[in-house]
Amino acid sequence: MDISELKKKAAQLRIDALTAIHKANSGHTGGSMSCMDLLVALYYGGFMKIDSKRPHWDERDFFVLSKGHAAPAIYAILADLGFFDKSELDHLRQVGALLQGHPVVKIPGIEATTGSLGQGISVAVGLALACKLDREDRKVFTLLGDGELQEGQVWEAVMSASHYRLDNLIAFVDKNNLQIDGTCKSVMNVEPIADKFESFGWKVIPLVDGHDLEEITRAIEKAQKVQRQPVMILAPTVKGKGVEFAEGKVGYHGVALSQEEMSVAIPVLQEKTK
Amino acid sequence: MEKVATRAAFGEALVEMGAKYKNIVALDADLSCSTKTAKFGAEFSDRFFNMGIAEANMIGVAAGMSLKGKIPFAATFAIFASGRAWEQIRNSVAYPNLNVKVVGSHGGIMTGEDGVTHQATEDLSIMRSIPNMKVFCPADYWECKRVVEFMCKDFGPTYLRLSRSGVPKIYDESYRFEPGKGHVVRDGNDMTIFAVGAMVNSALEAAERLSTEGVNVRVCNMCSIDPIDKDLILESAQKTPKLFTAEDHQIDGGLGSAVAEVLAEAGAGVPLKRIGMDGFGQSGKGAELYKRYGLDGEGVYEAVSKE
Repeated sequence: MDISELKKKAAQLRIDALTAIHKANSGHTGGSMSCMDLLVALYYGGFMKIDSKRPHWDERDFFVLSKGHAAPAIYAILADLGFFDKSELDHLRQVGALLQGHPVVKIPGIEATTGSLGQGISVAVGLALACKLDREDRKVFTLLGDGELQEGQVWEAVMSASHYRLDNLIAFVDKNNLQIDGTCKSVMNVEPIADKFESFGWKVIPLVDGHDLEEITRAIEKAQKVQRQPVMILAPTVKGKGVEFAEGKVGYHGVALSQEEMSVAIPVLQEKTK
Repeated sequence: MEKVATRAAFGEALVEMGAKYKNIVALDADLSCSTKTAKFGAEFSDRFFNMGIAEANMIGVAAGMSLKGKIPFAATFAIFASGRAWEQIRNSVAYPNLNVKVVGSHGGIMTGEDGVTHQATEDLSIMRSIPNMKVFCPADYWECKRVVEFMCKDFGPTYLRLSRSGVPKIYDESYRFEPGKGHVVRDGNDMTIFAVGAMVNSALEAAERLSTEGVNVRVCNMCSIDPIDKDLILESAQKTPKLFTAEDHQIDGGLGSAVAEVLAEAGAGVPLKRIGMDGFGQSGKGAELYKRYGLDGEGVYEAVSKE
């Protein structure tokens, strides 16, 4: 897909994710919107070797959503790619539904059960280590939130990834600067993020704009060429991106948009799909 | 009698299984010489991963490796395996039902001189409460070997509790382990002691002494804590008028609770006395601590004689 198509796709997937959260009347709006462009670049930019008809294809690349609460974003993508029927999005978070509040491996296309912050990156390290052991040229991508970096386990995982020189591991940090109780800076300052990862032995590729699909695409291309060390793509993003009234607002971390809010947000996004 | 620690049996078994199953990998958290995964590391260096003193990440990495078809054995002291990494085991391993084998060495106060911080006495309880987890605690060298063999053939998350010090061999090479089955090591009609791990030996010692007094004791080895052998528990409740449990673990939540649950739900109505820890231990030699807290043969003898 070229950049203009990626942009349209991202707008459509934002609509799908917001609609799913709205129907569930529960879910994480802000963080699903902030990472959407990163995921669109990854999944539609030709980087992921995957086949929706063979979710367990033994040559596929892996993606682990370490910030599992952004599940609606990845669910919208997997549904769009045909890993499961799009109607599943209508039942998000409901009793008996395939799509649980946070990702689970039984969902086609989901590679790890996540949601408890800090755990997904360890699972990604395990996948990358196993690929190395099997001498298979497969990539493992993971996506973390900046608030998530407060979890000690993240740094255990970061340390182990560089110790084992996992150049098949690429992590995105969706730096939207907000967490449930306020700004990351006020709750527990995680900066300087890039310096921390570099001092742990990672190659860091900082983006200017984590919503610039062209810039994200170039960064992933660059990350794939790095050898003998894991790569972190540091993506400054806006929480709630694409829903103007929710952008940069802590209050939209874990709530669904109301009917009224949907009627404002959706037409704006629909324009962007054209 | 020759005494061998179950952790030593584990170390040997893992090497034997490693030769047979090429997808076994071992992970350790800087305790490989104690947990005996170092033997596996020496034999299969490419399949051994020291994860440093970072148990939470070790469990997550094991989960990731299992998602790619490996059979990870993630080992450290029982207190850190079950405690520090409990939520990682629950959310990253058990919930997705991954084939990760968590190995907790140095279970119980038998751990000895290192003291309470290193003596896991709650691990059986918190591991058996997790859905999908199997929980095993072998009594001797041969049982441990058979359990490890079973774990390699089986699929699913499992917690294996090992002990630090040597315990006498109760079984021989012909022993067969069956998950969900207890084993009647010695039969009798007067009372039953359900025991686990090193306490099977203590129960046997107590039973031997009681036999000289004309009291015939049934000793059941309950290595398979979860699933537990309900049939054997209820059959014993019908056969013998007094029931006891014996474990190097808190009496709350572990084997004692597991047996009590089965008895209560069946309305068995037979009195049960739980022998084990009811509080924290302290530093000291394992054998001395067993004496101090009534977990040796004499302690079990006294506890059951009182009833």
